[in-house]
Amino acid sequence: MADTLTLGHRNFTSRLLTGTGKFASNEQIRPMLSASGSEIITVALRRVDLQASPQDNILTHIPDHVTLLPNTSGARTAEEAVRIARIAREAGCGDFIKIEVITDMQYLLPDNHETLKAAEILAKDDFIVLPYVMPDITISRQLYDAGAAAVMPLGSPIGSNRGLEMKPMIQRIIDTSRLPVIVDAGIGRPSQAAEAMEMGTDAVLVNTAIATARDPVQAGKAFSLAVTAGRMAYQAGMAGSSRRARASSPLTGFLQE
Amino acid sequence: MKIRLNGDETHTQALDLLALVKARNLDPSSLVIEHNHTLVRQTSWAETRLKEGDTIELLSFVGGG
Repeated sequence: MADTLTLGHRNFTSRLLTGTGKFASNEQIRPMLSASGSEIITVALRRVDLQASPQDNILTHIPDHVTLLPNTSGARTAEEAVRIARIAREAGCGDFIKIEVITDMQYLLPDNHETLKAAEILAKDDFIVLPYVMPDITISRQLYDAGAAAVMPLGSPIGSNRGLEMKPMIQRIIDTSRLPVIVDAGIGRPSQAAEAMEMGTDAVLVNTAIATARDPVQAGKAFSLAVTAGRMAYQAGMAGSSRRARASSPLTGFLQE
Repeated sequence: MKIRLNGDETHTQALDLLALVKARNLDPSSLVIEHNHTLVRQTSWAETRLKEGDTIELLSFVGGG
């Protein structure tokens, strides 16, 4: 049986979601997608800067087979997130939406309360709702009840590359959630992505670490391999660790006996 | 006439959304327009008349995570 990630009514082979932010050149996005095999990529919606020279259209860099995941970044309330989601869908970006509501401007940590309110509204409006949240098993259950398609707990603050600072809480969500768990934000290295996948995370979303690598295409490939390795290890059911040595070779029948 | 464009009061000679886009020298392919809090599809820009006090948001998709 194929090992697919199901979000809403859609199945995906890749468990690596990527983002379009922070690339030195948008020309790197298409080869990065090709190298990483990522099938879902985020974009943001912003006011046009009327003083600046015309900007490159980010959507032209994303192949048709890749699913767009517009985010609601910039939203500070549920209402603003709902508005952005509806604009993105009306503009032809499909029915996936990453809800991101941030009121803490120091650490850019998500506001779970406003996020849940937005999720309830957008799920009723037939969006495939992927909410970015502080890791908490209660919000995870509430998002399931609200009709979300996944729960996206953060590993560490956005863009920090600090990895799984929230590891114990994420593990508790994995252990209890009826929704797919996608670790979003803070994953800075392929080893951290593998670590998340080994825990039983269903997918990871990586933007900064890929986009700001010296070679984003190679980094995309590295993350892809790490996610696959971590997933395979989880499925293989890795043995536990021990403080003491446990011989791999028999401790009997030595030649000098 | 006076309109509110991306949060700022401004004057325009444009009589419809398409004329406004042209006057501002914007690339229509990447543009998303909200007219008085309602999204207007590109096919309707020419027939969407502007009037004094309208609120216009010119938006586009950008890189983000």
